[in-house]
Amino acid sequence: MSTSRKGEPIIEVEGLDTRFGDNVVHENLDLTVKRGEIIGIVGGSGTGKSVLLRTILGLKRPDAGRIRVFGLDFSTLPEAERRLNEQRWGVLFQDGALFSALTVAENIQVPYREHLDLSQELMDELAAVKIAMAGLRPTAGTLYPSELSGGMRKRAGLARALALDPEILFLDEPTAGLDPIGAAAFDELINDLKETLGLTVFLVTHDLDTLHATCDRIAVLAEKHVILVGTIDDMLRSSHPWIHEYFHGPRARAALAGK
Amino acid sequence: MAGLSSREAGNEAAEPASYRAGIENRVLRLEAAGNWSIVHLNKVDGELRRLVASPGEANRAVIGLSAVSRFDTAAAAIISRTAARLEEQGLRVEFEGVSEAQHLLLDKVGSLGEPEPVRRPPVPAYLQILGKIGETLLAMAAEARAMLGFVGAVIVTVGRTIANPRRFRLVPFVHHMEKSGFDALPLVCLLTFLIGAVVAQQGAVQLRQFGAEVFTVNLIAIIFLREVGLLLTAIIVAGRSGSAFTAEIGSMKMREEIDAMRTLGLDPMDMLILPRVAALTVTLPLLTFIADVMGLVGGGLVVFFMLDMSPGVYITRVQEAVGFWTFGVGLVKAPFMAAVIALVGCRAGLAVTGSAESVGAMTTSSVVRSIFLVIILDALFAMFFTAVDI
Ligand SMILES: Nc1ncnc2c1ncn2[C@@H]1O[C@H](COP(=O)(O)OP(=O)(O)OP(=O)(O)O)[C@@H](O)[C@H]1O
Ligand SMILES: [Mg+2]
Repeated sequence: MSTSRKGEPIIEVEGLDTRFGDNVVHENLDLTVKRGEIIGIVGGSGTGKSVLLRTILGLKRPDAGRIRVFGLDFSTLPEAERRLNEQRWGVLFQDGALFSALTVAENIQVPYREHLDLSQELMDELAAVKIAMAGLRPTAGTLYPSELSGGMRKRAGLARALALDPEILFLDEPTAGLDPIGAAAFDELINDLKETLGLTVFLVTHDLDTLHATCDRIAVLAEKHVILVGTIDDMLRSSHPWIHEYFHGPRARAALAGK
Repeated sequence: MAGLSSREAGNEAAEPASYRAGIENRVLRLEAAGNWSIVHLNKVDGELRRLVASPGEANRAVIGLSAVSRFDTAAAAIISRTAARLEEQGLRVEFEGVSEAQHLLLDKVGSLGEPEPVRRPPVPAYLQILGKIGETLLAMAAEARAMLGFVGAVIVTVGRTIANPRRFRLVPFVHHMEKSGFDALPLVCLLTFLIGAVVAQQGAVQLRQFGAEVFTVNLIAIIFLREVGLLLTAIIVAGRSGSAFTAEIGSMKMREEIDAMRTLGLDPMDMLILPRVAALTVTLPLLTFIADVMGLVGGGLVVFFMLDMSPGVYITRVQEAVGFWTFGVGLVKAPFMAAVIALVGCRAGLAVTGSAESVGAMTTSSVVRSIFLVIILDALFAMFFTAVDI
C-alpha cells in the first residue's frame, strides 16, 4: 500500500445495476469519488441514494457493474483482508443504528474491542473525546440509545463512525432531525475532520445548507443514474428541470441568501 | 499531509509509534516519532501516563512532533492530555515541529476540554444484590397493578364493542384465528396423537400386571378429555401465539407505531388487542376439541395393536367410560386459558420500552408467565370441579 495522494480516485462505481425484484433502482450508474473531497449525493426520495450507499459498502450485492473502494474490489477480497479494509471506513446510517444493548460509550468502543488491543482507561478517554467531538453532552456516554433523542442518536452514531479515524466517512442524511445550530456545528465538524484527517466524505443529504457549507462536489441521482457531477456552480448553471428546481427553488434561494 | 491521509490499516511495515524522553537543564524533552495512529498507541499511552506522573525536577517541557508520520485523533487526545497533566505539575509546555494539520487537530481536541468519565461509578456487590431484590419486588407490584388495569381496559373495550358491534375489527380477528388456530393444527395434532399413543402404551403395560388392561381405555379417555388435551394445547398455543403477540405488539411499540395509531384517532385496544384476545378465545376450544380427538385416535391405535381391541369396541368403551362432563370440563376451561394467554401476551407487548433487547425479554417473560398461569388456573379449576362434584 503506497502512500496515497489527495485527488486520486478512492471510490469507483462503474456500470452499476441494482434492482429489488422488478423494481430497478440503478441502471448503468457511474460515479467516482476522489480522495480528500466531500461529495454530496442528492436526489428525490426513493431515487436510491441509501441503496447506492449500501451497495458500495457491500451490504447489497450489485446486479451488474463494478465497485472499487481504495482501489480494491471488496466482493473478490479474501475474508480477512476485507475485514481489515472495512476498518478504513466509518458509516452513519440514516437512523443511527446504534446497538441498543450497549451504552453510547460502549457503542463507540465496539470497534476498539473488536479490532484493537487498548487499555480500558484509554478506550474510555477516546470514547469521551469522540462524544465531545460529535457534539454530545459529556454525560451522554453512560446513556442507552433508547434514552436519547433522535438528533442525539445521530450524533452518537457519528461518534461511533469516527471511532477508528476512518479514511472515508459515509453519512446518510446526517443533519436531518438536527436543530439548525446543531446542523451548522455538524457541517463545521465535517469540514474540520476533512482538513485535519484528510477524510473523504460521502454525504447523502437533502440539506441545502449542508451542501453549500461542506461539499466540494455534488452528484445528482435521478432517472436511475448519476445525471450530473460538479460543483455548486455547475448545479446552478444546469438546465436539467429537476436540478434547476432543486437549486433554484424557494428553499435553495434562502440557503444561498444565507451564505 | 501525504502521510496523514494514509491510514495503512494492516500495513505492518509501518513504523510503530514511539517517543524519546530526556531531561536536560530542567527541560523535559519528548520527541514523538513514527506512526501515531490508534492501532499502535496502547503501549505508548501507558508509558506516557507513568512518565507524566513524575516528571522529575523539570520546570519546562518541549513536545516535538516533527518525526511523526501519521497523527490521528487518538494521538491528539493522548498528546493534549499529556500536556495538560504536565501543566498541572507546574511545567511550562511548548510544542515543536507541529505541522498545520496536527495543529488543527490538537486545537480541535484541546477545545473539547477535559473528557468526562463515560461509565457510571461501580456499586458494591451487596448493594447491587439488595437493589436487585428491591427492584424486582417493586417491578412485580407495578406489573400486577398494570396487568389489572389492562384487564379492566380490555373488559371495558369488550363492553363497548358489544354495545356497538360495528367497532369490532373483523379482518384482524379472522387473520389471527388463522395464524393462531389453523396454522397451529399440524403441530397440535401430531403432538397430541403421539402423547395419546404413549399414554396408552405405558398404561397398558402397567395395567396388564393386574390383568386390568381393558381399563387402558378409561385411562386415556379421562386423562385426555379432562386434562391433557387442553393443557398440551394451551402450552403449545402459549409458546406459539402468546410469544407472537408480544413480539408483534412490542416491535410496533418500539417503532412508535402504537403512538402513531393513537394520534390518528385509532384505539390500539380495538385495533390490536381485542381481535387477538377474541381470536384466541374462539380458537383454543376448537383446537382443544381436535386435540382430544387426536389423543383418542393415538390411544386407540395402540389399543388396537396391543390389546387387539377393534375400533368399534374401543368407541363403545370410551362412551361408557366418560360422561358428558368429563369432556365438558376440558372444554369449559379452554376459553379462560385462551384469555389468560392472549392478555398476558398483549400486555407484555405493550410493556416493551425503546430497545430491541426489551422485545426479547418481554417475549420470554410473556411465555413463561402464561404457561405458569395456565397451570395455576388448571389447578384452581380442579379444586372448583371437585367442590361441585363434577
Ligand atoms: N430492502 C428493500 N427491498 C425492496 N425495495 C427496496 C429496499 N430498499 C429500498 N428499496 C427500494 O429502492 C428504492 C430506493 O430506495 P432508497 O432507500 O435508496 O431511497 P433514498 O434515495 O435513500 O430515499 P430517501 O431520500 O427517502 O432516504 C425505493 O424505490 C425503495 O422502494
Ligand atoms: Mg435514504
